[in-house]
Amino acid sequence: MSDFLKLDLLGASIALKNKEISSVELTNAYINAIEKTSSLGAYLDVQADYALEMANRSDKKIQQGTAGPLEGIPIGVKDMFCTKNIKTTASSKILENFYPTYESTVTQNLWNDGAVMLGKLSCDEFAMGSSNETAAKGNVINPWSKTNPMSPGGSSGGSAAAVAARSALAATGTDTGGSIRQPAAFCGITGLKPTYGRCSRWGIVAFSSSLDQAGPLTRTVSDAALMLNSMAGYDVKDSTSANISMPDLMTYLDNSIKGKKIGIPKEYTQDGISQDIMKFYESSINWLKDSGAEIVPVSLPHTKYALPVYYIIAPAEASSNLARYDGVRYGARNEAATLDEMYELTRGNGFGDEVKRRIMIGTYVLSSGYYDAYYLKAQKVRRLIKEDFENVFKNVDYLLTPSTPTTAFELGQKQDPLTMYLNDIFTVPASLAGVPGISIPVGLDSSGLPVGVQLIANSFDEPGLINVARTLEKCADFNLIPDGAAK
Amino acid sequence: MTETLNLKPGQIKGTSGIWEMVIGLEIHAQISSKSKLFSGASASFGSDANSSVSLVDAAMPGMLPVINKFCVEQAVKTGLALNAKINNISVFDRKNYFYADLPQGYQISQFTKPIVGEGEIIIDLDSENQTVVGIERLHLEQDAGKSLHDQHPTKSFIDLNRTGVALMEIVSKPDIRSPQEAGAYVKKIRSILRYIGACDGNMEEGSLRADCNVSVRRPGDEFGTRCEIKNLNSIRFIIQAIQSEAERQVDIIESGGKINQETRLFDTSTGETRSMRSKEDAHDYRYFPDPDLLPLEFSNEWVAEIKETLPELPDSLKKRLIKDFGITPYDASVLVEEKEYTDFYIKAANGVDGKLTANWMITELFGALKKENLTLENSPVSPENLGKLVGLISKGIISGKIAKDVFSEMMISKKSPAEIVREKGLEQVSDDKEILKLIDKVILENQEKVKDYLGGKDKLFGFFVGQVMKLSQGKANPGLVNKLLKENLK
Repeated sequence: MSDFLKLDLLGASIALKNKEISSVELTNAYINAIEKTSSLGAYLDVQADYALEMANRSDKKIQQGTAGPLEGIPIGVKDMFCTKNIKTTASSKILENFYPTYESTVTQNLWNDGAVMLGKLSCDEFAMGSSNETAAKGNVINPWSKTNPMSPGGSSGGSAAAVAARSALAATGTDTGGSIRQPAAFCGITGLKPTYGRCSRWGIVAFSSSLDQAGPLTRTVSDAALMLNSMAGYDVKDSTSANISMPDLMTYLDNSIKGKKIGIPKEYTQDGISQDIMKFYESSINWLKDSGAEIVPVSLPHTKYALPVYYIIAPAEASSNLARYDGVRYGARNEAATLDEMYELTRGNGFGDEVKRRIMIGTYVLSSGYYDAYYLKAQKVRRLIKEDFENVFKNVDYLLTPSTPTTAFELGQKQDPLTMYLNDIFTVPASLAGVPGISIPVGLDSSGLPVGVQLIANSFDEPGLINVARTLEKCADFNLIPDGAAK
Repeated sequence: MTETLNLKPGQIKGTSGIWEMVIGLEIHAQISSKSKLFSGASASFGSDANSSVSLVDAAMPGMLPVINKFCVEQAVKTGLALNAKINNISVFDRKNYFYADLPQGYQISQFTKPIVGEGEIIIDLDSENQTVVGIERLHLEQDAGKSLHDQHPTKSFIDLNRTGVALMEIVSKPDIRSPQEAGAYVKKIRSILRYIGACDGNMEEGSLRADCNVSVRRPGDEFGTRCEIKNLNSIRFIIQAIQSEAERQVDIIESGGKINQETRLFDTSTGETRSMRSKEDAHDYRYFPDPDLLPLEFSNEWVAEIKETLPELPDSLKKRLIKDFGITPYDASVLVEEKEYTDFYIKAANGVDGKLTANWMITELFGALKKENLTLENSPVSPENLGKLVGLISKGIISGKIAKDVFSEMMISKKSPAEIVREKGLEQVSDDKEILKLIDKVILENQEKVKDYLGGKDKLFGFFVGQVMKLSQGKANPGLVNKLLKENLK
């Protein structure tokens, strides 16, 4: 493996600032890595020339001493983020030739801090999926795949696969019900979903507005802290963005967690969870205990309703958010004699099955006569789930749970949508409550696939979350590289 | 005709008896705001197609609405002016439907929790009668774009300039009982909106439009099934449409039919309404709270601050005009219809006879402006000059009759009345000697009639006055002519 690829984000950043390496060298190494790993299908669009142009500029800034916190760091961007003059499709056919004239706030924040844009990463269509299999341009392969190709998880499957395969130093993701944490777990990397409102949603293709939240996928917890430092921030253009400043997360990494209370929710160790995952979950509990934390059994009694509630609220909002893809102003259009026919053909051909399924479910739960029984009830239960978290955080500082019930599965293995939805069972509750969560890799299961555990903190306690995650990361000492990574 | 004389306004005499109309209005008023409700794009009228469209208006992926605070203030101001309850917490909902001129695929509106709740306004029916109309609610919403179907043989064009423009929907209670009341209600709402500056009330440009809900019933009975007439953009059409719709409903019921609840359009060429869509075809709008926007929340203190900025409203102003200028309630209600009228009047009546000023403004000035197709705003006669004209009359410098000629000249030349009077030598002759000379001449030339008059034909007095006035070319002071004639015809 190229020495450049061995550096994690923090390491590369130090090497760049010390002028041991240049951003052009580093970026070239990643462009090569993208080529070598192209069979994984992580990238939808590679911006090699643009990346080198940015790297060049970064090198000048480093020389001039005006480097930003992420100066010269080559990263990949999930295709849900609108990038100015760079094709943005949300992995959907309906946006196959869409070039935004604007840049999302989060990616703009990253470029402002010096990051270099390698290209756009595949995801499930409109971020709807848990395996990256709903992407219009085809599957992404998990670099940990053994004989048969495995799913990288989803929806940020391209982001997770690229970071794991060393074809991006870090990547942006979006998480609506687990779309950062679950693929991070499947690909053996770190994935952080911040508090709802921490990152601006402006310029991110909307799936479910009350749940969508951008976050980083990285190799380490420190890298996640560095990325989120740049991504987060109040934005007047997003009315749901929080005007609460976030301190520099890097200063919290190595604090002691002595005396911190870690809640172990009993609802997260149900039947159907893999033995290997349970084993590493128990190890993780012990590691935190050994690090001085107090382990407290807790209960979040409404957890079992989280998945059904999620699959009402998210499709309801999606059915409305996706109404704008109508063929009238931009994106694909199928000409027809009447307006209604044009809609039918354009949307019929433009959306994939999973997106159509969710639009149908969402339309149904909002329709007159069903609204109270489904959408309104789901909102009430969501409130109860949020209260579960509020109550539990009166007694404990963090929660530790498995990230997923199983490790990565083979592509094409889960045909039934309901089985697929169960993948998000441990990540959805934190999304509904709006609280931050992080998945970090802690080991490999008996098939040699990564296992992740999830830490959850109270709203806006990303500093504490980073601190406890870093502690656990040190204990787990997971530093394995998949066979599918760039050599 | 004799039968209908016993009917109250808004009642219809059918073959089976008397019917009463029940009317409720939804007024859509465009907020006078430089920018749109949720985007920074310009909200001005008449710019080139698709020239005032932001990324948010065009519903580009990832774009988010941000509420325009000015528009919220205008809605609160309007609520206060309608004596309505201001809701400190209100929620924006999405109203979902597909149409080519609705880029988001939904309209952001307020459904279950509007910004303003119940209120009421007083409307003037005629010079003596007033009635109260309840306000059900007022909510904020976005306007849609415009579809142009006549630009191309097979395609429709879309203009998104209006998309996202801020509207207030003011919903009345079903308290209105006649087309005339509906007209007066719209007039009053329009007047209030213009006073507080929340909406320019320009119905021709579409800044103010109304949907009318109409049903008929036996007086005092339960409400009947209603039909909604969409998008009426003049008070005249509102009155016509309601009358025609109510008559249509009476005809159907009396011939044994039933009213279908439906949405109808008013055809201005036939003066009748026609069906647009029935209740069965109505959209299921799938309203739900817009997750892109937080609930609107504000404090009582903030509402109180807004209240401080409210100008004097027509009802209070009317009372003040009656008290300060001694004019009739009817004149006052005409003068407070528009803020410009009131402003003009107060300037014109400054220091002169208020009653006379009101007469001149309402009869002569409004008449002349209407004839010339002008508005008060571009009146050739300034309020100061109208006041001066009234002053000349009051002081007896010119007669009322001459004043009309002077006024006509003022409409053309914009000169001050004194100047016109001077130039044309129109001053009233109030000199005894001058008038006596004329009287002598008239008596001399009409000896026979003088004899008849002195012989008891009193009616001839008017003839002598007329002759003297004629001789003076209208300039003689009529009071003085009368007095001197009486003294000399003995």
